[in-house]
Amino acid sequence: MSSEQPTRRDFIYVASAAFAGVGAAAAAWPLIDEMNPDASVLALASIEVDLSPIDTGQSITIQWRGKPVFVRHRTREEIAEAESVPLDDLPDPQPDEDRIQRPEWLVMIGSCTHLGCVPLGQKGDFDGWFCPCHGSHYDTSGRIRKGPAPSNLEIPPYQFVSENRIRIG
Amino acid sequence: MSENNHSSSYTPRSALAKWIDKRLPLPRALHDNFSSFPTPANLNFWWTFGGILTVCLLIQIVTGIVLAMHYTPNSELAFSSVQHIMRDVNYGWLIRYVHANGSSMFFLAVYIHIFRGLYYGSYKAPRELLWMVGVVIYLLMMATAFMGYVLPWGQMSFWGATVITNLFSSIPLVGDAIVSWLWGGFAVGNPTLNRFFALHYLLPFVIVGVVLLHVWSLHVSGNGNPTGLDVKKVDKETVPFHPYYTVKDGFVIVMFLLLFAYFVFFHPNLLGHPDNYIEANPLVTPAHIVPEWYLLPFYAILRAVPSKLGGVIVMFGALGVLLLLPWLDTSKIRSAKFRPLYRQFFFIFLLVCLGLGWLGAQPAEGGYVIAARLLTVYYFAHFFVILPALGYIEKPKPMPASIEESLESKTKTEKL
Repeated sequence: MSSEQPTRRDFIYVASAAFAGVGAAAAAWPLIDEMNPDASVLALASIEVDLSPIDTGQSITIQWRGKPVFVRHRTREEIAEAESVPLDDLPDPQPDEDRIQRPEWLVMIGSCTHLGCVPLGQKGDFDGWFCPCHGSHYDTSGRIRKGPAPSNLEIPPYQFVSENRIRIG
Repeated sequence: MSENNHSSSYTPRSALAKWIDKRLPLPRALHDNFSSFPTPANLNFWWTFGGILTVCLLIQIVTGIVLAMHYTPNSELAFSSVQHIMRDVNYGWLIRYVHANGSSMFFLAVYIHIFRGLYYGSYKAPRELLWMVGVVIYLLMMATAFMGYVLPWGQMSFWGATVITNLFSSIPLVGDAIVSWLWGGFAVGNPTLNRFFALHYLLPFVIVGVVLLHVWSLHVSGNGNPTGLDVKKVDKETVPFHPYYTVKDGFVIVMFLLLFAYFVFFHPNLLGHPDNYIEANPLVTPAHIVPEWYLLPFYAILRAVPSKLGGVIVMFGALGVLLLLPWLDTSKIRSAKFRPLYRQFFFIFLLVCLGLGWLGAQPAEGGYVIAARLLTVYYFAHFFVILPALGYIEKPKPMPASIEESLESKTKTEKL
């Protein structure tokens, strides 16, 4: 019997190892997936916000899916500043109009895209937000301008359900 | 644990001992490894931290198990259950302060142990795996300490957990999915606290297992010693571990516990952060987030790099480089005693690590960031430039021919 030729015994080794491997992976999956967000967490995925009490120049912070969401009623100067920035100046280029549905309302997740701290409003070098943890500066559109954060503050999915109400999620 | 390089000197005395020895020779293994084990006669006090670290681990496990009997791992109840331990539980204040300060004492001891290894070249052949297993213990300690710090569910707990778990979001493509999997949600929350509690309870026992591997490996090669020379004559150059080193280690452990008690009874909150006595608030980040002191050098390295993914890679690289150390140091001489240049670079490196630790506690701005960048570059240069080069350019000092000779010359000077 030549030792170079695969034998029936070799086939049994490979087949049984493959079978055991697939079985172990299948058994491990529930133990891994169990750590993903569960149904009760996913059920809290949408929230409605009344915008009428927020005056120009004011913002509120609400909690959505455990994270803060900033809703800012922007002033005319802030809107002008956000629109006038040349895209070449931005580390993560995105025009202001892509980040809003109505220019006066800026809705975004208040979680720094660096390591998740909550940036402070109307602070920093660009009149927008400043993250105290590691020094990221965001502008009046919530776009990253300076510091270690890699991208702009995230915009959550939302829609206007009436003139003065939005639903986030 | 029976693999050691000396023959067993255990003789079972009673009939019962003989009966056991034939079936499960555990008394023999304990005797050979922790009583008769031949240990170099010239070990100095820097070699006593293995014993101290064992005591630290046991203190953390015992106090931790007791605390878990009163703690509630739920985001609504955790903070007040810690106050309940402090105010209502009999001796709860003592047990919690011992556990909280115990982690600092543990890291103090492990840093001295690690720098002892760096100074005396304890990572060199044939002890590479002993060193690498030690690095694994250090990594497990950091993971355990980090998760333990989250459990009181104060502001530093919450935001420390947020920042550290977000490190994984820098991984391309799958980063966000991994972070959400770690959290069990879309932010740090109750599921995160629950699993951190489960893992914080588990990991110390994993550390016990890896410590046994560390001791096993140590008992294959035998202890190093301040001369860095190999033991040649067991009868002239070694003494049995017991009573010589049990007594010496015992004395040092008592001294160490005095320092420990000083912190517990006089400054129990000195090494903590006042913000952690404010309950976690997911909507407000504290003005200045700092990790516990023992993680500060790595935090400084993380913040020194002006790129998110880059910072994370460099920070983990600063730990990973320790695993490569046995092959980066090209010198055949173990002990810094006989390496005049390395000895100086060792102390510079020690100062650089302390400097990074100090910078990690400062705000990430202006001159602090520039200084952190310079020290980070030096940290890596130490491993990748200085250590490989020194092996070729350094002229070692004259060395004794053996441990026996160094012992003889020492006794002579003492008699004079």
